[in-house]
Amino acid sequence: MAERHVRVESHVGLHSRPAAEFVKAAAQAPMEVTIGRFAEVPVNAKSILGVLALDARTGEQLRLCAEGDGAEEVLDSLCAIFTEANASNASSELAGAGVAEQDLAEPNA
Amino acid sequence: MREFTGTGVSPGVGVGRVRVMTGTVPVPPAEPFTGDRVAETARALAALEDVARELESRAAAAGGETHDVLAAQALMARDPDLAGEVTVGVSAGLSAARAVYESFGFYRELLGGSGAYISARVADLDDVRDRTVARLMAFAVPGVPDADDEHYVLITQDLAPADLALLDPERCVAFVTEEGGPIGHTAILARAMGIPAIVACAGALEVPDGAYVLADGASGTLVLDPDPARIERARAAEKARAEAVGSAAGPGRTKDGWSVPLLANVGGPKDIQPALDNGAEGVGLFRSEYLFLDEAVPPSEEQQIAAYRAVLEAFPRVVVRVLDAGADKPLSFLPPAAVEPNPALGERGLRLLRRHPDVLRGQLRALAKAAEGLPADRLRVMAPMVTDAEEARVFTRACREAGIQQAGIMIEVPAAAVRAHDIAEEVDFFSLGTNDLAQYVFAVDRQVSSLTRLQNPWRPALLDLMAHAAKAATEAGKGCGVCGEAAADPVMACVLAGLGVTSLSMSSPSLPLVRAALAAHTYAECQEAARAARAARTAGAARAAARSALPALETLGL
Repeated sequence: MAERHVRVESHVGLHSRPAAEFVKAAAQAPMEVTIGRFAEVPVNAKSILGVLALDARTGEQLRLCAEGDGAEEVLDSLCAIFTEANASNASSELAGAGVAEQDLAEPNA
Repeated sequence: MREFTGTGVSPGVGVGRVRVMTGTVPVPPAEPFTGDRVAETARALAALEDVARELESRAAAAGGETHDVLAAQALMARDPDLAGEVTVGVSAGLSAARAVYESFGFYRELLGGSGAYISARVADLDDVRDRTVARLMAFAVPGVPDADDEHYVLITQDLAPADLALLDPERCVAFVTEEGGPIGHTAILARAMGIPAIVACAGALEVPDGAYVLADGASGTLVLDPDPARIERARAAEKARAEAVGSAAGPGRTKDGWSVPLLANVGGPKDIQPALDNGAEGVGLFRSEYLFLDEAVPPSEEQQIAAYRAVLEAFPRVVVRVLDAGADKPLSFLPPAAVEPNPALGERGLRLLRRHPDVLRGQLRALAKAAEGLPADRLRVMAPMVTDAEEARVFTRACREAGIQQAGIMIEVPAAAVRAHDIAEEVDFFSLGTNDLAQYVFAVDRQVSSLTRLQNPWRPALLDLMAHAAKAATEAGKGCGVCGEAAADPVMACVLAGLGVTSLSMSSPSLPLVRAALAAHTYAECQEAARAARAARTAGAARAAARSALPALETLGL
């Protein structure tokens, strides 16, 4: 199973426009994609209601998972969308060069 | 000429015939469905898809903020998990309409329990549900009525962004809702579209369709059968206000020269220019947390210094509020200890900073550095959510250690107002935060829009508390400003001056009208207005009493 870790950088959290853009992109994937917190049951990344109910706040780390042919590419493109959606929200002139996407070390699973 | 009063959220005067938008969608009955379940499932899913398409096409036509809201709603209608729930429901023997209704109910509960930000989305979700259910029950989709060419005033229970987007500002000259609040999507979009609007207007739906009304989005009044004189007055008032705004200049003071400095509420360097343009004499509330809402880590001292310095150089006096995080403004680098069932009563403001003393010390150091080389009294620093003298002392000591000479506190907690005389000995100044003080003294959650009508700064209990705090400050020889939205109401501003408040801070666009109202009255008249307001028993009576003590309001169009 392919997996990526992302951090929510947008000041509104994974809500509003960042959430909508992420879900729209995820809906294009041919396989199931999930998003959630570590150690919690993830939600369907194609479900806006599920993603909103996650209530992911600024600074939280989330885990994206997908399985099957092309899963790696799908997750890469989702991470990119994630970063762009967040970047377009970081409007303050003081928004630093925070790391928006982290490919953390191989999970211990 | 019956009158109804609500909260004016988008200024302007609209006169015309009423179009009532009723259309509540019935709750689909829970009786078992006995027909073809496969066909019924298809019907349910098709209705959801139709609604999604309709919302998308409205989104495309709308653009801007409205577009984003409608596009998100379309995504809800097309949610695969929701479709799954609906399918399960119909397979279990529910009608399409009932299955849709119950599935939305499931998500409604899920979202309603989340943070305030998402809870606001529940109204959007309900709108998608109603559209889908109406379609399935062959019920008229609630929506804006087809009005003929004449100007009309729309009256409705609440107005979904999807419907608001359809309004033609050329024909819909105002709208009035019985529910809703000033921070809802609807109020924000109305201002963006320039349509005069009143929300939370109790009794508005009693006005019959076709009636002739006047809606004043500045004062929040809806007048049934206004006579020509009344309309003339409203329009003249609108014009007089515009003129008063244009002519007022100079520092804030009463007609007889009692000085009440008029200051601006700012969130960062970008707000400097509007404040200067509106004649602000300084900054009465620099919401420092607004600089850092995007940050996942504490901002560096260098970043902070640059932002503070820009504001400090622009004005002769600047009151900076240290990071006010928590409740509706979470900062990820200042987390509370635990998930709180009631964040407004939880770890926020100074309480949270005491959990993270390094962040507070770092901010105070940055402030002191930013003020280096400037006159000593230019920088004033205050703490939010202070409860008693002990907390005030802790904060003042931290300021002194950082080399800051002027340390104050916000009076937001009722206990602090009641014992203001104790606290006055520990600090250099007070600033009354009327929004939170009202929230706590009325026990009314600011986030609950159905309770907006209770969040009224004219209630005599709040006036008493403010008078008490201002008196304690005066007796101790300290200043007591107001930095809540109440200061932006020109009538209230006169009352506050009369209560002994020493400066008024507000959002910059409100400054000119407040300046005009103060300049038109003597200090004695302001004192009399304050006395009369406090002698009243209700918010409405207090406002009326204050108005009658301020004779020049009429000529200012207030």
